[in-house]
Amino acid sequence: MKSILKLVAMRLGLGLIGLLIVSFGIFFAVEALPGDAAEAILGQSAEPETVAALRKEMNLDRPALVRYGDWLIHVVQGDLGRSVATGRDISVLIVPRFSNTLFLAVTAAAISVPVALVLGMAAALWRYSTFDRAVTVGTLTSVALPEFFIGYVLIFIFSVKLAVFPSLSSIAPDMGMGERLLRTILPAFSLVLVVVAHMMRMTRAAIINLLAAPYIEMARLKGMSNARVIFRHALPNAVAPIVTVVALNLAYLITGVVVVEVVFVYPGLGQLLVDSVASRDLPVVQASCLIFAAAYILLNLTADVVAIVSNPRLLHPR
Amino acid sequence: MQMNRRTLLQGAAALGLLPVLPTAAKATPNAGGHVRVAMGHGGTSDSYDPATYANNYIQAQTYGRNNMLTEIAPDGSLRGELAENYEASEDAKTWRFRLRKGVTFHNGKSLSVDDVIASINYHRGEDSKSAVKSLVAPVVDLRADGDWVVFELESGNADFPYLFADYHFSVFPAEDGKIDFSQGVGTGGYKIKAFEPGVRTELVRNPDYWKSDAAFFDEIELLTVLDATARVTALTTGEVDIADKIDPKTGGLVARSPGVTLMETAGTQHFTFAMDTRQAPFNDVNVRQALKYGINRQELVDKILSGYGTVGNDHPISRSNVFFNHDLEQREYDPDRAKYHLQQAGLDSVSVELHAADAAFTGAVDAATLYRESAAACGIDIGVVREPNDGYWKNVWMQKPWTAVYWSGRPTADWMFTTAYAADAKFNDSFWGNERFNQLLSAARAELDQTKRTEMYHEMQAIVRDDGGVVIPMFANYISARRDTVGAPETVGSNFDLDGLRFVERWWKT
Amino acid sequence: MISTLFRAKIPKTALFGLVVVSVYALLAVATPWIAPFRESEVVGGAYMPWSALHVLGTDNLGRDMLTRILYGGRNTLGIAFTATMITFLIGMWLGLLAAVTGGWIDQMLARIVDMMMSVPQLIFKLFLLSLFGTSIPALILIIAAVDSTRVFRLVRATASGVAVMEYVEVARLRGEGLAWIMIREVLPNITAPLIAEFGLRFCFVFLAISALSFLGLGIQPPMADWGSMVRDNATLITFGDITPLIPAAAIALLTVSVNFVVDWMLHRASGMKD
Repeated sequence: MKSILKLVAMRLGLGLIGLLIVSFGIFFAVEALPGDAAEAILGQSAEPETVAALRKEMNLDRPALVRYGDWLIHVVQGDLGRSVATGRDISVLIVPRFSNTLFLAVTAAAISVPVALVLGMAAALWRYSTFDRAVTVGTLTSVALPEFFIGYVLIFIFSVKLAVFPSLSSIAPDMGMGERLLRTILPAFSLVLVVVAHMMRMTRAAIINLLAAPYIEMARLKGMSNARVIFRHALPNAVAPIVTVVALNLAYLITGVVVVEVVFVYPGLGQLLVDSVASRDLPVVQASCLIFAAAYILLNLTADVVAIVSNPRLLHPR
Repeated sequence: MQMNRRTLLQGAAALGLLPVLPTAAKATPNAGGHVRVAMGHGGTSDSYDPATYANNYIQAQTYGRNNMLTEIAPDGSLRGELAENYEASEDAKTWRFRLRKGVTFHNGKSLSVDDVIASINYHRGEDSKSAVKSLVAPVVDLRADGDWVVFELESGNADFPYLFADYHFSVFPAEDGKIDFSQGVGTGGYKIKAFEPGVRTELVRNPDYWKSDAAFFDEIELLTVLDATARVTALTTGEVDIADKIDPKTGGLVARSPGVTLMETAGTQHFTFAMDTRQAPFNDVNVRQALKYGINRQELVDKILSGYGTVGNDHPISRSNVFFNHDLEQREYDPDRAKYHLQQAGLDSVSVELHAADAAFTGAVDAATLYRESAAACGIDIGVVREPNDGYWKNVWMQKPWTAVYWSGRPTADWMFTTAYAADAKFNDSFWGNERFNQLLSAARAELDQTKRTEMYHEMQAIVRDDGGVVIPMFANYISARRDTVGAPETVGSNFDLDGLRFVERWWKT
Repeated sequence: MISTLFRAKIPKTALFGLVVVSVYALLAVATPWIAPFRESEVVGGAYMPWSALHVLGTDNLGRDMLTRILYGGRNTLGIAFTATMITFLIGMWLGLLAAVTGGWIDQMLARIVDMMMSVPQLIFKLFLLSLFGTSIPALILIIAAVDSTRVFRLVRATASGVAVMEYVEVARLRGEGLAWIMIREVLPNITAPLIAEFGLRFCFVFLAISALSFLGLGIQPPMADWGSMVRDNATLITFGDITPLIPAAAIALLTVSVNFVVDWMLHRASGMKD
C-alpha cells in the first residue's frame, strides 16, 4: 500500500508540473492563433487604431512572456485574474458554469457507468445471444450518430411529440433541485447514449479476452456457473482496460460536452471555453483549461491506481 | 440655397427604409406579461461597455435599458428620442440637438446635456477603443449650449442625425465627463434585473419611463440560444415567445406550426463576394464583368436563402432605400456575355479561387459551390476553398484575393458607400478606386437638394455595378418568428430584425 | 480441421457484417462508374422528393442525393481508414514501447500523452490547423494526432498488465530484444481490446469529421462526406423530416457491421472454443 501512496504522491507532483506545462502550452498555442482579444471583440469592423487602443487598455501590448509570467504569479497566489473581454472576475464567471458542468457530468455518469458495466458483462455472459446482438446494435447505433443528432432526436421525441421534457435546459442559479433535474434529463440522456457504447464494448471485449485463459477454464471445470466465473474471475483481471476507458469517458463528460450544451442551451463550461477561445480571452481560456486538465490528470491517475491495485503483479513489481 | 429644418427632416424621412411586410394582426398594445426571447447571438464576452457592442443580443438589451439621441421609426423615418428635435446649419456642417426635459436615469439622476456629451465623447479621440470611432471622427467640436448639444463637423453631412440612432451611442449617466456603464443604468424602458453574459438577461419594466406609449411587458427574458434548431423547437413547444434568425431551410416548416407567426423583413443585409481589384485577374474590369455574369442569382436566393431574399444587382443599395435605382437593368446569369467579357479580356478561360467559410454568412460555402457549378459553363473555373470559421475576418477577408463577405448594410446610401466603397475606406474590401465615384460620393453627402442627390446616387450604383469589384448576388431577409401570445404593431421597422430590434419596447403580450 | 471449424463457426452476424462491409468497399471503389451523376453536379431544385430519376431525391443545393451518398462514402471511408491506421500505428507502438520498457521512457510518454489529452480538443485542433492548414492530409493528421493519445492509453494500460507476466519475464531472461517482446510476446495477448478499439475508432472518424465541420473545417467542397451531410440537414430532424437520416443510417449501418466483424475477430483472437 505504501508504494501506492508513493506513486500517488509522485503522480500528483508530476501532475502539477504537467499543469504548468499545459498552461504554458495553451497560452502560447492561443497566442499563436491569428488575431487577439482586441480584434476579436471589435469584430469585422475593427479599425487598426481602435484595435491598438483597445489592446493597450487590455494590456495586450506587452510581450506574451511577460503576460504569462504575470498570470502565473497571480494564479499561484490563488487569483485567476479578470476576463480580458469583460473585465469581470474569472472566479465569478467560472464557478457557476463549472458547477453546472459537474452537475450534468455526474448525472450522466451515475446512469451510464453502471448501465455500461452491467450491459457489458451481460453481453459477455450471453455472447452471440439475441440479447448480445440487440445490445450491440443499439449501442453501436447510438455511438455512430453525432451528438447533436442524438440531441435533436431526443428533442423531437420527448419535447416536440410527447411534450414531457423541456427542450431548453437553460438552468438558472435560483432554480430548485427538482426543476434543475428535470431540465438536465435530456442533455444527460444524450450524453449517456454517447458514452455507454464505448464503455460497454470495452467491458465485453476485455472479459471475453480472458475467457480462454487457463484459470477460467479451471474455474469452469470446477463447475462454477458462467455468471460466477465472469464476476469472480474474469472481471477483476479485466479491470485495467475497462477502467481506462471509463476514465476516458468520464473526462469526456466534463470536457467534451460543448455540442450537447449548445443543442440544449445548457450553461456549462464548454460553451464558455468556446466563447473565450473565439474572443481570445486568454485568462478565461487558461482558467477553464486548467480545470479540464486537472480533471483529466486526476481521472487518469485514478484509472492507473485502480489498474495497479487490481493487478498484484503491477503492485509488487520485481 | 435656403433650407429649413422641416424640409431637411422630410428629406431624412424619405431617406429611410420602407418596411416590406406589415404584420397581419391589427391590435392595440396591452400592458403586462412576461416574455421570453431566444436569440441567436450573444456570448460570454458581452458587456455593458458601449465601445464593444457587437451583436444583436446586446443591441436588443441596449434598446431595453438605454436611449439614444435619435431613433429610426417603424416606417423608416428618423425621429428624435432623447433629442426632442434637431436642426442643421445651411451647409449641414453644424448640427444642434435639443435635449428632452424631465428624463431620469434608473438610479434617479436626471438626464443632462453633459451626460450626452460624455457618452458621445467616449467614442471620440485618440484613445477611444470604440467600434464606432470612425463615425464621430468628422466631429471637430462638441459642446453644450443650454439645452442644446452642438456638433461642428469638418464637412457637411445631410444624414448626420442618423448616426445617433446607432445603439453604440447609448446615453449613460456621467460624472466629471466620464460615463458609468458598469451597472447598465440608462434612461430606457427596462431596468436590468440580472445579466449573465452569453446566457440570459432579465429586464423589468421601468415604472418611471418617460415614453408613455412604449415598454409594455412587465418582464423580458432575453436568452442566448446559439443553435438554430434549439431556437425553433423552443418556440414551437412554447418555451419561448419569440425566436430570431430562423434557418431559412426550416422557414416553411415553422410557418406551418400552429400558434406561430413567421415574420420576414427585407432589410439591408446582403451577401457578397469581394475581389481584390489590385490583383490579376481581378484588376481587369472585363474579368470582373465575366464573373458577375457567371453567377446564377435566382438559384442562390432559392437554395441558399430558401427564397427568403431578393437578387442583388452588384451594388449594396437595397430596394427599400429611397435612392435605389429602379432603372438599372437587373444583371442575370448569362454564359454568353460572360464568355464575351472573357474574350474582351483576351482570355478563353480563367481559373480563380474563391475563399469562403460559414463565418462569412450561413451557407457561404454552399453558395460558393453553386457559383462554381454555374460559372463552369462560362469558361470560368472557380476553386472553392473552405476556410476555418475561427479567424476568418482576420486571415481571409481582405487578405485573400476573393472572399465571401456579409454586410448587415447601413441605413443610408452615403453610410454604406462610405464604409465599404470609398477609395480611402478601411473596409473597401475590393480595394477599388474609381475617381468619378469618389467625386460623386463627397458631393452627394453635402448635397441638400433631393433631386440632385438622387441622380448622383443613381449614377454611383451604376458605377459600382459595372466597374466595382464586388459580386453582390443576394439580399437576405431577416426571418424571425413569434408565438401568437405576442402582439406586434402593424408596421414594424425593417432596419434590423425584430422591429429594428426595438421589439423590447414596441411589442406586447396579448 | 481448423478450416472446417472456421467455416462452420462463422456467425450470422459476422457474415452480415462482412457482406455489408464488402458492399460498402465495392461501392466505394466503383462509385465513379455507378453514380448516376457527377459528384458536384446540380441537377434540380433543393430537396426534391424521391423519384425514378433521383432515387433518394436531391440535397439542399439540388444535387442528386444518391450520388452524394455514394461519393460521400468513397471519400469518408478512405479518410477514415487512413486516419485510423495512422492513429493505431502511432498509438499502438508508443503504448507497447511504454509498457514493455517501463521506467522513465514509460513515465515520459505517459505524462506527455496526459498533457496532450488534457488540452481541450478545440484548442488542440485549432492549433494543429494553424500549423497544417485545411487540406485532406491535414485533416487526417489532426484526427490521428488527437485519437492516437486515446489508443496509447488503452494499449499501455492493457500491455503493462501483460508485460509483467511470467512468460514475458522468461523472454526477457532469454535475452530477447525489445521488438521481439513487443511483437511476439505482448501484442498477441492484447489483440482483443485493440480490435474492439479499432472497430470503434474507425467509426469515430466520421463523427470527428462532422465535429470538425463545426469549426468550418472538414472536407473541401464540392467533395461529399457523410459527417458533413448529417450536419447540413440536422436541423430538419426536429420537424420529423427523414432527409438527415439517410447519411446517418449509412454511418450507423457501417458501424454496426464493422463491429459485428470485429466481434467475430475478437472471438477468434481470444482463442475460445465455444
